[in-house]
Amino acid sequence: MQSKWWKILGILLILYSIIGGLLFPVPHLNILNETIRNLYFHVTMWFSMIFLMLFSMIQSIRFLNGFDKTKDLKAEAFASTGMFMGLLGLLTGMIWAQFTWGTFWVNDPKLNGTAVTMLIYLAYFILRNSIENDDSRARVSAIYNILAFVMMIVFIGVLPRMTDSLHPGNGGNPAFGNYDLNSGMRMVFYPAVIGWILLGVWVAQLRYRIKTLEINKENI
Amino acid sequence: MKSLIGTLICCLFFINSALAQAVGMADVMRSNGKIYVVVAVIAIIFIGLAIYLFRIDQRVKKLEE
Repeated sequence: MQSKWWKILGILLILYSIIGGLLFPVPHLNILNETIRNLYFHVTMWFSMIFLMLFSMIQSIRFLNGFDKTKDLKAEAFASTGMFMGLLGLLTGMIWAQFTWGTFWVNDPKLNGTAVTMLIYLAYFILRNSIENDDSRARVSAIYNILAFVMMIVFIGVLPRMTDSLHPGNGGNPAFGNYDLNSGMRMVFYPAVIGWILLGVWVAQLRYRIKTLEINKENI
Repeated sequence: MKSLIGTLICCLFFINSALAQAVGMADVMRSNGKIYVVVAVIAIIFIGLAIYLFRIDQRVKKLEE
């Protein structure tokens, strides 16, 4: 992962999604109007967050399988970058909701589930900071991180689908996959998702490397 | 670094080709409600952020060595 090509690829994919996302034709839908283009920017934040949290959980499992401290640091870096992406997703979603659903926050299961998810991951960081001993901090937070990921999938992936939700693809609402997301939109949406995941991994990698430098400095 | 410069050149070429047609009224940057201007602004901001990120990356790399 030291090579540079995937970082450039990520940047180029996002750049393509910005240009294509603003200029390419989109379906004309009531209420949504041009805001359907937010799909390329708002929804990709969530995809990026879910993948970063998945990578974080994988690092936690790898840590528990051999207690290699660097894996714990990687898990932390992925989780905090994922949290940041989630925060951006929440803020952009609130703006989108204000102009399509009428308020910044509706009692939608997906929104409330997201809020709970953010709190769960907030607890992860508080947990990390509250344990003084390095070894037990790494172990306890790794186990909690696995639980947090499962809870996230339940709260934003499963529960909103079981009740009524304003979000597409949930509670009887058609998903973008059915007819809203035509093939033209897919051509921008999927590259955008990949681009934002790559960018998230890059930022997480930077965070991990800086953290490693800090720790090495302390040990000298 | 070389690929970074390549990206920059590509970007400049894109803007340049858009500006080169600025003689008549029907050029890209002035048509269609000027949306291309907005696209160019956002693209430049994003490229700037990307370059900044690359420079942080290089700085960290230097510290690692």
